[in-house]
Amino acid sequence: MSEDNFGRRDFLKSAVIGGAAAATASLPAQVAAQSNAAAPAAGYIFLTPEEAAFVETLVDHMIPADRHTPKGTDLGVNTYIDRALAGGWGKGDRLYMQGPWAPGVPEQGYQLPLIPADLYRNGIAATNRHCVKTYGKPFDQVGETQREELLKNLDGGKVVFEGGLSSRVFFGIVYQTVMEGMFADPIYGGNKDKAGWKMVGFTGVIQVNQQNNVKYKNKKFPGEPLGIADVS
Amino acid sequence: MTTKLKEVDVLLVGLGWTGGILAKELTEAGHQVVALERGAMRSTENDFAVPRIRDDLRYASRNDLMQNPAKDTLTIRNNPSQLALPMRRLGSFLPGEGVGGAGVHWNGVTWRWTDNELKVRSLYEERYGKNYIPADMTIQDWGVTYAELEPYYEKFERTAAVSGKAGNLRGVIQKGGNPFEGPRANEYALPPLESSHASDLFNVAATNLGHHPFPCPTANASRAYTNPDGSKFGACQYCGFCERFGCEANAKGSPHITVIPIAMKNPNFELRTHAWVTKVLKDSTGKRVTGVTYTNVLNGEEFEQPARLVVLCAYAINNVHLMLLSGIGKPYDPIAQTGVIGKNYCYQTGASATLFFEGNYFNPFMGTGGLNARTDDFHSNWNFDRSKFGYVGGATLGAGMTNGRPIAYRPVPAGTPRWGKAWKDATAKWYNSAMNINASGSVMANRYNYYDLDPTYRNAFGLPLMRMTFDYKENEHKMGRHIAGVINEIAKSMNPTSLNPASARSGSWSVVPYQSTHNTGGTIMGTNPGNSAVNKFCQSWDCHNLFIMGASVFPHNSAYNPTGPVGALAYRAADTLKNVYLKNPAPLVSA
Repeated sequence: MSEDNFGRRDFLKSAVIGGAAAATASLPAQVAAQSNAAAPAAGYIFLTPEEAAFVETLVDHMIPADRHTPKGTDLGVNTYIDRALAGGWGKGDRLYMQGPWAPGVPEQGYQLPLIPADLYRNGIAATNRHCVKTYGKPFDQVGETQREELLKNLDGGKVVFEGGLSSRVFFGIVYQTVMEGMFADPIYGGNKDKAGWKMVGFTGVIQVNQQNNVKYKNKKFPGEPLGIADVS
Repeated sequence: MTTKLKEVDVLLVGLGWTGGILAKELTEAGHQVVALERGAMRSTENDFAVPRIRDDLRYASRNDLMQNPAKDTLTIRNNPSQLALPMRRLGSFLPGEGVGGAGVHWNGVTWRWTDNELKVRSLYEERYGKNYIPADMTIQDWGVTYAELEPYYEKFERTAAVSGKAGNLRGVIQKGGNPFEGPRANEYALPPLESSHASDLFNVAATNLGHHPFPCPTANASRAYTNPDGSKFGACQYCGFCERFGCEANAKGSPHITVIPIAMKNPNFELRTHAWVTKVLKDSTGKRVTGVTYTNVLNGEEFEQPARLVVLCAYAINNVHLMLLSGIGKPYDPIAQTGVIGKNYCYQTGASATLFFEGNYFNPFMGTGGLNARTDDFHSNWNFDRSKFGYVGGATLGAGMTNGRPIAYRPVPAGTPRWGKAWKDATAKWYNSAMNINASGSVMANRYNYYDLDPTYRNAFGLPLMRMTFDYKENEHKMGRHIAGVINEIAKSMNPTSLNPASARSGSWSVVPYQSTHNTGGTIMGTNPGNSAVNKFCQSWDCHNLFIMGASVFPHNSAYNPTGPVGALAYRAADTLKNVYLKNPAPLVSA
């Protein structure tokens, strides 16, 4: 294991010093067989138990297990979302947050006085209140058909939350983070074993295609994808 | 408490492509140059090394190399009667920050804008009559011609390792190139990139329908290259992490691997990073600038840096903002139609179709910034009769592969569910079997598209944000309808398994989805101080020792990407400064 690690580091160092990606062509095949080096620790940083139940149910519904991938929680999409909300992005680190606040028109983009973490938190609470009112149970306890109906209504902007939060803006961030959790580099906690990348055939972070572009034109490109942790 | 520093010969605001070109050229001519860059230092070794740079989430979704709107942004509205609201997160366009600027994370597409653009008003009036141009379309001749820019286009192309195929060498049309380009003295620096499967299919279909496709000219080095200054490039690896990323192979024409390191070695040059310029200062006559004030963003300390010559080299939007904050030149008023600063803000438009071909492998991850076949039949082709469609300008069309990064790139046929098993099936099935045909369209200047200072919102320095008022006008809608039709005609002729057709844009411009970082205008060039902020040498009409670089000097926007003329105008300004202005500082064009 440690030898492998040294090997990868040496390779990277030479690729950087060489300054040309041609060095990456010599990537040893066994590196490709390595799985994620660092699986994130279990448990949640940001999500409360109620929120975690919501998110786990949501990602397993949107990403069911099938011949392509395991289900959303087995891909770590829930973990990805928790880490994203706990981190700088969730705290609004690149968001202009000065008032005054006005709803504006959709063409003017995001105008809520909420950082993403607070939007998520309040959106989950509002969705659960809506579910209890409509179906008698919170989101994680309603049946699959009702879950599907609710998500479609959220996606279509047909749900009106009590308290004034926009259900459409909430679902926008939900959808974005589920997709990120499935397709971002596994180093962020989702896309476990690069299953999202394998599902579509994305080749990951090492791409040296000057010859491949000709050799594999209109042909299937072989090989397993590599993530950041595989070559760090 | 502002610390006043010692006067310098030349002060550059921003160190991207234009600042880098001027820093190299002017220090080599013996001038003392200081560059103030509001962002950090950047190098391939430290910032763009694999695997760290190949992080789709960090760089493409979270815009890590871009300006941070929490510190400074714009307010946005579609028309003057709306309340402008802040662009709270980046979306439609992505201005760069840091040494190298957008030159590190652009795609590399490099065009030579022709006299169709540079003489736009005279040519359209001559061919179609004065009444053809709508009354509110404030287009104007630039005051500079293709013939004047030609040697500087070439200089920039050679510096930036532009790969392509000439279509017009000294007036003789060349097979395989763009037959509608302006005459070139010489071939491109490098031969074109290897074509992708998507481009191959497009080439056949477009040719069969009478169009003239050619490989897109682009600063992605098709092979290892040493430029005339001795800067070394690796060959492009078609890695699919080009736009929004720095290039780990040094294969993308970027200032941080070319002009900037050369300037940095010159003892006449000094770079101060984290130096955020807040104002350009004028003397009591208002006819000369005396320097700038800036804030060291590492500790908040304020400085005055006096200079004999100031050149604005920031991103196009920031150059205009600085002019408005500094009170140089008269702000544009769309109602009275007086003033020039902020006038003629332009953007770009487009349309695209997605084609699905069962059993084909497009390998979208084997892409690069300019890996594209394009046609210019409805843009630089002056023989194309616009009067049938009633618009000014045009669009280039093309197909290629820039990337297959799956957070954003997952094409599926229209009507596919957005999650669940059917979504997964379609996503898995079509990811590698889809391609796009897209159009990039011009935007003509309009009286009501402009910048001014926002009355309400402020940035991290307590200064007013700039307000952008912009929407597409009927001219662009007419072009969109025509071009979407052309795209769909080509697409249908290719007989795809499934087609998401192109549709013409009909609604207002939105700040939300990414569209293009080709923002132009605001400090436009022209023939006299009544219609422009700068003359044909990019020299301020108001203060002759102030020059403005970049696309803010474009009086309108073409379908082409802006970097070709941005680079050419910078090299031309460098020559003018070295050979004329700095020997005898005075207005270069009499007002």
